[in-house]
Amino acid sequence: MTTEQALYKYCLRLGDNALIQSYRLSEWCSNAPILEEDLALTNFALDMIGRAQLLLTYAAAVEGMGKTDDDLAYRRGERQFMNTLITELPNGDFAYTMTRLFFTSVYEYYYFTELQNSADDTLKAIAAKTLKEVKYHKAHATDWMLRLGGGTEESNKRAQTAINALWIYTGELFETDRTEALLQDMNIAVDMPPVKAKWNTYVQEVLLEAGLSVPAVDYMQTGGRNGVHTENLGHILSEMQYLQRAYPDATW
Amino acid sequence: MDVLEKTDSIQAEMLRHFEEKIERGDAIEPRDKMPDAYRKHLIRQMSQHAHSEVIGMQPEGNWITRAPSLRAKQILLAKIQDEGGHGLYLYSAAETLGVSREELIGQLHSGKAKYSNIFNYPALTWADIGAIGWLVDGAAIVNQVSLQRTSYGPYSRAMVRICKEESFHQRQGYEIMSKMMQGTKDQQEMAQDAMNRWWWPSLMMFGPHDSESPHTGDAVKWKIKRHSNDELRQKFIDKTVQQAEVIGLTIPDAELKWNEAKGHYDHGPIDWNEFYRVIGGNGPCNRQRMEHHKRVHAEGAWVREAAEAYRLRKEKELLHL
Repeated sequence: MTTEQALYKYCLRLGDNALIQSYRLSEWCSNAPILEEDLALTNFALDMIGRAQLLLTYAAAVEGMGKTDDDLAYRRGERQFMNTLITELPNGDFAYTMTRLFFTSVYEYYYFTELQNSADDTLKAIAAKTLKEVKYHKAHATDWMLRLGGGTEESNKRAQTAINALWIYTGELFETDRTEALLQDMNIAVDMPPVKAKWNTYVQEVLLEAGLSVPAVDYMQTGGRNGVHTENLGHILSEMQYLQRAYPDATW
Repeated sequence: MDVLEKTDSIQAEMLRHFEEKIERGDAIEPRDKMPDAYRKHLIRQMSQHAHSEVIGMQPEGNWITRAPSLRAKQILLAKIQDEGGHGLYLYSAAETLGVSREELIGQLHSGKAKYSNIFNYPALTWADIGAIGWLVDGAAIVNQVSLQRTSYGPYSRAMVRICKEESFHQRQGYEIMSKMMQGTKDQQEMAQDAMNRWWWPSLMMFGPHDSESPHTGDAVKWKIKRHSNDELRQKFIDKTVQQAEVIGLTIPDAELKWNEAKGHYDHGPIDWNEFYRVIGGNGPCNRQRMEHHKRVHAEGAWVREAAEAYRLRKEKELLHL
């Protein structure tokens, strides 16, 4: 694997995480429990689309085939998407969406904090911009975990159900393979163990305060980062890519 | 003078004072005394406006996941978010008149409060997103620009903010239409089809002709409404016909022609039967829009309850510190 190939894949992984989770968050538009939350969730979706644009544009530049961010978003198939599985799972109820956002935003907060030290200037700049946004996502999701955990019996139960269901998808967030290893040697990619340790500490602290618990499971689901997804991704793509696929000669 | 006469004379004095203020062009503020009818009219109009912003999120939201480029998706999402934000300002402005958001939503669900009829039409293709931004927001702006000078302070200030964002929305819609008209034959047909379906409902957004409009009397006297339905509709037609011509869209009205003497476009008759049928509940999406809003509100009840329970618990903890 060349550095370019590794960097391309690395950017796709980060870009696809943002793109696919933004898709899920945008589905909350006109569906949230209160208007303020409708605005918040779609605002996070907007942040993530912006991040996806930057990362996919960079991926396309690294690939050097003259593609755009839209080509990568709208013309790749299921097996070419590199997002983690947790981002593509259907929204479920509000507790489920919020728990997912809690897990991913805490992860992204520590991840992009580290990526700010990358030897790659573009990734460094993207990390700095992303971090400003992710801070809000993390604060918002943390507040909601406390509210749901400490709210009513029902909200506590729903949040716990979501944690139990989503937990097996959190392991994949911290996986690394040859791609990351190659880039880490060049100080481009993030060193994962410290991110994982900080994530664990923060998540456990918040859940404890919220009266929620970490499930005891020893199995973690994996595959997305190498293009092996849940059945949900195909449905996302068939909807997201519909116009681009139906009218391949059109520009919008 | 007996008590009743005295009350009457105080009332008359109050009304005279209020009307003088309106006459001078002063804004009415939440703590000012105002006639009941003025307050009621405003609550009705502002809540209808707020509900329209919120219900209007549905037809556009229908296309977010299918927007054809990342940029288009970003712009559409930002636009819908603005609409939600407008809904929030307007609910807050209506709350200054002594009614809660929960009550207003209750009135929407019971059918007592209305929302703009235009959102009872479906957004069928991507070109509809262009048509909604260009025509529907374009019509709304004409009305809202006029409302920036409405007599109730909080409403007028909300309108100033809203107008800034709406003009961006209209450009967004026009850009979609213009791009499609420069595109493939399929895209051009899609754009013209959307134009054909949205033109007449957009004209209906201004309400019945002045001769038929039931709410105009006091609203004009009290400067809530600054221009008549027909004046605003004419303004919209005049500016939109030229925009359509520039990008090659045809207005679906065979009788539309420039009237040199009046300096305005004349237009063919509006199908008021359709207007009253849709307002009466039998449009293509009336049931769908209301069911959606009710279902989402009901599904979110446990979240609102949890937030409230948590707030109360925290407040209690603070008191016992």
